[in-house]
Amino acid sequence: MANYSSNEFKSGLKVMLEGDPCSMVDVEFVKPGKGQAFTRVRMKNLKTGRVWDRTFKSGESIEAADVMDLNMEYLYTDGEFWHFMLTDGTFEQYGADASAVGDSIKWLKEQEVYVVTLWNDAPIAVLAPNFVDLEVAETDPGLKGDTAQGGSKPAILATGATVRVPLFIEQGELLKIDTRSGEYVSRA
Amino acid sequence: MPWQPSADIHLLKQRAKVINQIRAFFDARDVLEVDTPVMSHYGVSDPHIDSIPVSFTPDGTSIGSSMYLMSSPEYAMKRLLAAGSGCIYQIAKAFRNGEAGRRHNPEFTLLEWYRLDFNLEQLMQEVACLIDTVLIDEVIEWHFWSYRKAFEEVLSIDPLTASDDAIKAKALAHVDIQMDDCSPRDTWLDLLMSHCIEPQLPAACFIFDYPSSQAALARTGIDERGNKVARRFEVYVNSIELANGYHELTDAQEQEQRFASDNAARSAMGKVSMAAEVRLIAALQAGLPECSGVALGVERLLMLASGEKNIARVMAFNHHLA
Repeated sequence: MANYSSNEFKSGLKVMLEGDPCSMVDVEFVKPGKGQAFTRVRMKNLKTGRVWDRTFKSGESIEAADVMDLNMEYLYTDGEFWHFMLTDGTFEQYGADASAVGDSIKWLKEQEVYVVTLWNDAPIAVLAPNFVDLEVAETDPGLKGDTAQGGSKPAILATGATVRVPLFIEQGELLKIDTRSGEYVSRA
Repeated sequence: MPWQPSADIHLLKQRAKVINQIRAFFDARDVLEVDTPVMSHYGVSDPHIDSIPVSFTPDGTSIGSSMYLMSSPEYAMKRLLAAGSGCIYQIAKAFRNGEAGRRHNPEFTLLEWYRLDFNLEQLMQEVACLIDTVLIDEVIEWHFWSYRKAFEEVLSIDPLTASDDAIKAKALAHVDIQMDDCSPRDTWLDLLMSHCIEPQLPAACFIFDYPSSQAALARTGIDERGNKVARRFEVYVNSIELANGYHELTDAQEQEQRFASDNAARSAMGKVSMAAEVRLIAALQAGLPECSGVALGVERLLMLASGEKNIARVMAFNHHLA
């Protein structure tokens, strides 16, 4: 792979650091008027999700990572791998393991499209869309006439995720969920 | 094709107003406005500042003579001082190679001024007064910390007397970076200053009495604990570095030695060496009056006045659009 020099650093760049693929979240040129210049990067480890600040000397270079974010449709799981298919018409499939799927497991729904991060052609991360519609698998019976009071109760969704929902929500209803906060938005 | 300015028009109006405030400030104090060349035969020798080379080709010849866009008007202004100009100021375009970022543009505006018979303390007070004038909406409580105090307050280490190993260990404990073991002490100190101390400084703070190795063009002196320090200050407001000032070095011989040690540092860093500005040395030999001087980043001041976080927003066209 190519190398990037510190003057080419920018947000979104994918690089190798200590053996792991990382993404630059934010890049800042730091230089006291009379002192040494540095480039400070907010870095995200794409395998572990860890975010931290890493500083580089001016002119330092770093290896590019063969990382791609691709849109893929979720198909099914065999218990060990979660299978996704490219939406570009090639029907090419990839199996992601539990560590790659990570927290997104709570929002996996068949036929929904996810961003799958490939490193050296293998999935390392799965990102859910900001909103997904999921069915309520289990919740206490709805309370009629209680739509205005703003109380809430737990509901277990078809994916196994538990979210707080308003009291009037019934089992079997389809809900719009914000995957970033894990919160109920509305009925779908 | 994006052709529009990087600043909103209302920010350009604010910029014009601030420039007028600066002129009124110095008019009222009888400081003369001057204008020195942006293009010069000599660039700066400072190891951490790179001049932008340009080529001047006289008509009828094919071989250009290499010149530089000035990184600051300092050398020329000192020659004016030595020639008897009295107190002077300049709102100058300055150029620095390689410097681009949220707070840096390779071409920017420096307000530089020199006051005869001012010591560092007097000049710091005047800088505070100018900033108060521009940032009129805020009541600023100024703090004056020595470089040593800043390190002791934030990192519990004495930057003047601690061993090289202790400074290095402190930096590696706070900053994730890979550096050569033989990196100079000042590089580790710069790392601590920019990464750990700047974010922790009081909202408006002068830092003064730098390590003598960071004197640049300041004279040196002995602090209250007997350590050699540079009579130099920097101003930080909301952790933005705004200005850098010196009780000016007037000794021609010492100036020559600084040029030489700058170039030694440059060659150790693999940079081209810069010829010593011989006219500056000659001017110092003729006699630079006792003075203190300071350079202030006008765009940085505008960023503070407007609350903008990116330097591009306070200049008509940043370097991408220039």
